[in-house]
Amino acid sequence: MDAILLQILNGLDKGSAYALIALGLTLIFGTLGVVNFAHGALFMIGSFCSVTLSKLFSLSFETVDPTKLDFLGNPSKVTTPYVQAWFGPELGAAIIDWSVPLAILLAIPVMLIVGYVMERGLIKHFYKRAHADQILVTFGLAIVLQEIVKYFFGANPISAPAPEVFRGSLDFGPFFGLEANKVIYPYWRLVYFFFSAGIIAAVFAFLRFTTFGMVVRAGMADRETVGLLGIDIDKRFTVMFGIAAAVAGLAGVMYAPILSPNYQMGMDFLVLSFVVVVVGGMGSLPGAVLAGFLLGILQSFASMNEVKSVIPGIDQIIIYLVAIIILLTRPRGLMGRKGVMEE
Amino acid sequence: MFGLDRKDTVFMLIVVVIALSAPILLNPWPAASQMAQFNAGYPDLMQRFVVYGIFAIGFNILFGLTGYLSFGHAAFLGVGSYAAVWMFKLLSMNIIPAILLSMVVAGLFALVIGYVSLRRSGIYFSILTLAFAQMSFNMAYSVLTPLTNGETGLQLALDDPRILDAANTTNSLPVTNLFGAEMRSSVTWNVGGWSFDFSVGYYVCAVIMLIAFYTSVRIFRSPFGMMLRAVKSNQQRLNYTGINSRPYTLAAFVISGMYAGLAGGLLAAMDPLAGAERMQWTASGEVVLMTILGGAGTLIGPFLGAGFIKYCENIFSKINDQILHQWFALLPDWLENTLVTVLHPFIGKGWHLTLGLIFMLVVVFLPGGLVEGWNRITGLFRRKPKAKPSATTEPAE
Repeated sequence: MDAILLQILNGLDKGSAYALIALGLTLIFGTLGVVNFAHGALFMIGSFCSVTLSKLFSLSFETVDPTKLDFLGNPSKVTTPYVQAWFGPELGAAIIDWSVPLAILLAIPVMLIVGYVMERGLIKHFYKRAHADQILVTFGLAIVLQEIVKYFFGANPISAPAPEVFRGSLDFGPFFGLEANKVIYPYWRLVYFFFSAGIIAAVFAFLRFTTFGMVVRAGMADRETVGLLGIDIDKRFTVMFGIAAAVAGLAGVMYAPILSPNYQMGMDFLVLSFVVVVVGGMGSLPGAVLAGFLLGILQSFASMNEVKSVIPGIDQIIIYLVAIIILLTRPRGLMGRKGVMEE
Repeated sequence: MFGLDRKDTVFMLIVVVIALSAPILLNPWPAASQMAQFNAGYPDLMQRFVVYGIFAIGFNILFGLTGYLSFGHAAFLGVGSYAAVWMFKLLSMNIIPAILLSMVVAGLFALVIGYVSLRRSGIYFSILTLAFAQMSFNMAYSVLTPLTNGETGLQLALDDPRILDAANTTNSLPVTNLFGAEMRSSVTWNVGGWSFDFSVGYYVCAVIMLIAFYTSVRIFRSPFGMMLRAVKSNQQRLNYTGINSRPYTLAAFVISGMYAGLAGGLLAAMDPLAGAERMQWTASGEVVLMTILGGAGTLIGPFLGAGFIKYCENIFSKINDQILHQWFALLPDWLENTLVTVLHPFIGKGWHLTLGLIFMLVVVFLPGGLVEGWNRITGLFRRKPKAKPSATTEPAE
């Protein structure tokens, strides 16, 4: 029981990341009909927003404090971050500590702009081209974005720690009437799960309950008719591209404390997210979310020692295996719509 | 000649001449000159040109003709490498059995994967092949370690049986050979300031490449090739005429898998070592890039693309700031320094950036790849510009 609970929890944070990236991919595919291989790079850029902000906040200047002497008798140097000098020591320290959540505020405008520029500058010209061309040009773009990030931040992973409050772990056992210290789960991963659940809910609410969302949904169902009604659907789809980029970016921002960002992290997530999208069904938003969590949890179950001893190596291949089985038995994925990406 | 029409025969002969004289053609600058770093005529690089050329030619038979975009072709290359190295370990250091086995094993592997994956088309096919390739990659790292030697990679050892070879009396690892001619041995010819290397390994690979290329020309011109093109242009209509297209696409998949296995076997023959990273999806992506960059669906395109990427990889990553300073030494200092600073991100370790940019530019402006670029240039000089068939590829949907 406790082992099962632990694995479900372990699967949640990875599943949340898959679900968010897959949600963005599906949004772009459903609205613009573009297969975006640069989506992983957007995730990566998001998590580098965290790194940038925590680096910016820890910029500091040195002063010589004559009252304190180091062991050689020289006056010791004190480094004070600029934020602490400006906002006072306590508030400044808190800002530095909370740099990752604060990076959300930075990431939203950055990602919206990146998404807008990407769509207007490049992807716009590829609507009428074959899917293979779209895949290739966005793949090239992903390489370029990666290399730019690598140029500025280097090839090694850079850590961006979570705020002090969330660094511990929560003991889940007592909530479910189990022994203490059996089911221990880091706070930050829990935060990540609720954060991504919130974003998913926000995206769905936006599409469901706003006029803008209604128009977008109508455009996803029948672009031509919406256009005939005198609505500039392209403009709204561009905004949706920006939103999808922001969703991927936010997934990246909050993931930084879980996995230290490096310039290649996007590609690793991209491949899995594509599998997730296809398993969920191309063009289906609930499918993408469902498949994301499903595959995340399955992966963590497969990495249990009990399972691994029965089928060795299953943890390495489970996602792909599930994808193959689902694609062969349910050709449109779990919740795919008819006629999307078919003949 | 050889079942080709006149135009193809001339084309084939040109390719033969270029392939056989490559050690000279690719070394246009004297060894001592400043420009010698642009020479590509050393055996290791030339072998990689032809081996990846074979890989891309094979990939083109699937993607260029049928439009099925496989994202897992590197798996066949990797399997071919493993098979070849096992042959070197168990049977003999002669490369013939190794290459034959790697083709057979890769072909069987492709038969299984193709049989399952080809039930779907479009992006679903791409994801299925990707999933299979990533599964093989992950398993090569974990469960199949006894077969693949995990992260270290499969290597030769002194106490390997090698039942056909004479007992190894020396205390060093044996070298791959073709009936006694060692792959690594080469003849150097010094003329004036030039120095040309003619290596056995390169010529073996080049001859095999020519055979592979000839086979691909024949496939392109055959009724079978026509059928594959029909799959690409309209599979539905083909089905309505009462033709089952599955056996044709499966045959194309297996053939291109065998080409990939052959390339993997040759890689192992050059350097008897096989690692799982050859199967990773980035490697599959690379062959897609090569094919598109050169021009999918054209005969020579994939080969050009493979050569272009491998050349850039070697040359761009070798250039450093110092070399740039030498080039611009004649310019005023401020201009020299600015130019070097501007170019710095694109060279050395940053050559991937250059590759990504070139790649995007090609997809945006030259959808038919380098071959289309060539056609456009030659079209400018022709009196009557002929309407050429478009070389763009659409995935089968």
